[in-house]
Amino acid sequence: MNDATETLLGSLDPEVAERLVSRRGAVGDLGRKVGLAAIASAPVMLGVMARSAFAQGSSLPQSIIDVLNFALTLEYLESSFYVAGLAAPGLIPSANLTVFQQISKHETAHVAYLQQALGSSAVAKPTFDFTAGGTFADVLTNPATFMAVAQAFEDTGVRAYKGQAGNLQSNGAILTVALQIHSVEARHASEVRRIRGQKGWITGAQTDIAAAAANYAGEDNTTQAGVNVAAIVSYNAGTEAFDEPLTKDQVLALVTPFITG
Amino acid sequence: MSRTDLTGEPAPLTPELDFLGKVASATSRRTFLKWAGVTIGVAAVAGAGACSSDDNMTTPPPTGTDLGSGDVGLLNYAYALEQLEAAFYTQVVANPYTGMTSAETTMLTDIRDHEVTHRDFLKAALGGSAIGALSVNFTSINFTSRASVLGAAKTFEDLGVSAYNGAAKLFSISTNGTTYLGLAGKIVSVEARHAAAIRDVLNPLSADFAGDDVVDSNGLDVVNTPSTVLNSTHAGAYVTTKITYSNLPNGGTQ
Repeated sequence: MNDATETLLGSLDPEVAERLVSRRGAVGDLGRKVGLAAIASAPVMLGVMARSAFAQGSSLPQSIIDVLNFALTLEYLESSFYVAGLAAPGLIPSANLTVFQQISKHETAHVAYLQQALGSSAVAKPTFDFTAGGTFADVLTNPATFMAVAQAFEDTGVRAYKGQAGNLQSNGAILTVALQIHSVEARHASEVRRIRGQKGWITGAQTDIAAAAANYAGEDNTTQAGVNVAAIVSYNAGTEAFDEPLTKDQVLALVTPFITG
Repeated sequence: MSRTDLTGEPAPLTPELDFLGKVASATSRRTFLKWAGVTIGVAAVAGAGACSSDDNMTTPPPTGTDLGSGDVGLLNYAYALEQLEAAFYTQVVANPYTGMTSAETTMLTDIRDHEVTHRDFLKAALGGSAIGALSVNFTSINFTSRASVLGAAKTFEDLGVSAYNGAAKLFSISTNGTTYLGLAGKIVSVEARHAAAIRDVLNPLSADFAGDDVVDSNGLDVVNTPSTVLNSTHAGAYVTTKITYSNLPNGGTQ
């Protein structure tokens, strides 16, 4: 189809140029012929647009590229983690395979989507150490450790996207996509937490994962827009009902131990 | 019942909880409705058959509410949805379906408390700009049926996620607008946690918690405009108050 389009446009050019000079009626012909070309290539364009609602690549402002590359880095971490987990023999209990396959599918899709959006501006995938320098030494052999790290990644991913929303306001399409990823990460977080015997939501700044306590710091905030939300129903409800953001620097500090290069 | 009954500062919930425990034997429907925070459709309340003995059963004229414009309109939009969710879960917890397990009771009570918190937070944040209490009608939900209740819960949570996701880009680029966007972000992920939990209870350990019906092949969750969220096949199926959304940014249609 591209070939046909190019041929059509190529054959038009001299003719169009001549007609534009020779008579005014050419505009009508041009409009019809370009219209045909546009129709012929429409499926290709629609395919591209469906793949990425904001396939603008390097034309994006640097501030947005930076946010998307930050997100891509987190998605690389998550997708690589689940790929490694699913590949580790006997790691994930068979009863939980469907859940982790679904999560892995989404994280892989997020990577592809962000790469497409960033085009040549996309950062390369880092190399990872899922033990975080030995903190989670048996992460790929002990299901409990794997799921604990999964929970920390998902809950932290939610906080990371949330923290960037305000930085994406200048581009509504990208902001929307970021939030569409954000709520999927929250679904993942809820499910992983429940599999681990936790509630799907975060009470105070509590976590049973001692080594990930910093990932939950600040989740016990009870003041929203000046309103004491712990006084509405209860402290637990007030903190559970609002997930708290993290800044980019805060998130990078939390994930740096997992990134080796 | 007039709106002025319901538009004061958020009431302390403890009396409400105490009261809801007695709902089954409640003799004053109006008192119940006041504490429930919304004017629940008459037919949805247990004992509706007693209507003929109630002098005050005249159906009020259908009055509407306008969400307003700009950031305040968007907060009112969120407030409207949280009113709907809070009213639903309040009734779910007050009238448990047949066979509700203790784990389900805990989960649904938590969710009720979250939605009430969202509702009363938004009301407080909006102050004098808040819309009044909406009238809702849950007669299409069988509150004695686990499948009916959890199915409705799934619908409400997924709808809430899609609504917040769709409203985000409509907040103004300003100090206040960015603050409100941040607040919406804090709430929407909790709605998504709810959605996943409800879906997991309905179909444990399946892919449904983030199923292909709500997450597309790019790994993106559903987005809906206010006009879609509020139409008669979504929230409009339960909210009887006519809601005007056309003054929202983009006319509420994009």
